Amino acid sequence: MPKATNTDDPDAPDGVQIDLISGERMDGMATMEKIRMILDGVHDGNIVILEEGLTPDEESRLIEVTMAEISPDEFNGIEIETYPKSDTRNASLLGRIMGGDEPTAKLTVIGPANQIETLHKDETLISALVSRD
Amino acid sequence: MGLFTELKDSISRVTDRLFAEEEPKRIGIYGPPNAGKTTLANRIARDWTGDAIGAESHIPHETRRARRKEDVEIERNGKSVTIDIVDTPGVTTKVDYEEFTDEMDEDDAIRRSREATEGVAEAMHWLREDVDGVIYVLDSAEDPITQVNTMLIGIIESRDLPVLIFANKIDLDDSSVKRIEDAFPQHKTVPLSAKEGENMDEVYANIAEYFG
Ligand SMILES: Nc1nc2c(ncn2[C@@H]2O[C@H](COP(=O)(O)OP(=O)(O)O)[C@@H](O)[C@H]2O)c(=O)[nH]1
Ligand SMILES: [Mg+2]
Repeated sequence: MPKATNTDDPDAPDGVQIDLISGERMDGMATMEKIRMILDGVHDGNIVILEEGLTPDEESRLIEVTMAEISPDEFNGIEIETYPKSDTRNASLLGRIMGGDEPTAKLTVIGPANQIETLHKDETLISALVSRD
Repeated sequence: MGLFTELKDSISRVTDRLFAEEEPKRIGIYGPPNAGKTTLANRIARDWTGDAIGAESHIPHETRRARRKEDVEIERNGKSVTIDIVDTPGVTTKVDYEEFTDEMDEDDAIRRSREATEGVAEAMHWLREDVDGVIYVLDSAEDPITQVNTMLIGIIESRDLPVLIFANKIDLDDSSVKRIEDAFPQHKTVPLSAKEGENMDEVYANIAEYFG
């Protein structure tokens, strides 16, 4: 899996690990495998980027499993943002070119809620503000 | 056609219709925390059955379990529908017990957040398995375009469930129904104030029409 940082150590004091997961890799996985991979990454403090996003059903299961894993002082849950969004406001030209609400068009960014202050999104970029303390 | 077959046919037609009419539709009330879901569920239950469903609160996650009110018969303009109302906890992707420690001690806050997470998981499960239609409640004074709203509406659409969007809290100065209509133009938006009881006629007409 490509890593955007130069370290594999999740406890490294500076730098945030980004797990970029290709559509190809996700294709061969069952729903629960995908969710496990996402949440394992998030539990390690990583930001997980899915090239191809999740289906609505997978999103619903991701919320359900996330809830089951929330634990006081350890894990508060996730922030999640997708681009482009799958609502019909995205019947924009770009949305249509990229395939509208097909899951393959949804770049999805998921991170640990306690470390991500805001996932900021505009038409062309998603940036995560990560707090390091 | 013989008398017997004819009789049997007409009897089965009658029973079909009876069952079709008596089988209540299970309508889930979904939406973010604090949108006014419980206030709405209570108002509907009070208006049509005389008693309430659960507690309303300004502190998020007051509703931590899906609560049901069964056999609520709603009639408007000659249309009638019998529904089971399911009031759900607000769906979210994160719960931090420290949000509640101002209002209660730490043990209670931890308990509240644990119940909230179980309730949200349960509500997601219900959405996949157990509801026939959805009322999606939004606070019209807030920005409707959030990840959770978009995701939830997407999940509801993918299950082909009929959905009405309720733009609640129109009594507030900052309320904008148009912002909600623009965000989800593919669905019918009904403005209301669950707290003040504004526009409830249209609310009931839409429930009877849409889920009936
Ligand atoms: N101004 C106003 N406040 C409302 C309205 N409906 C609910 N509320 C308030 O919003 C808060 C949350 O309501 P509640 O029903 O518990 O929300 P829930 O979390 O979605 O179940 C409470 O303080 C309610 O009194 C409304 O139509 N107008
Ligand atoms: Mg409630």
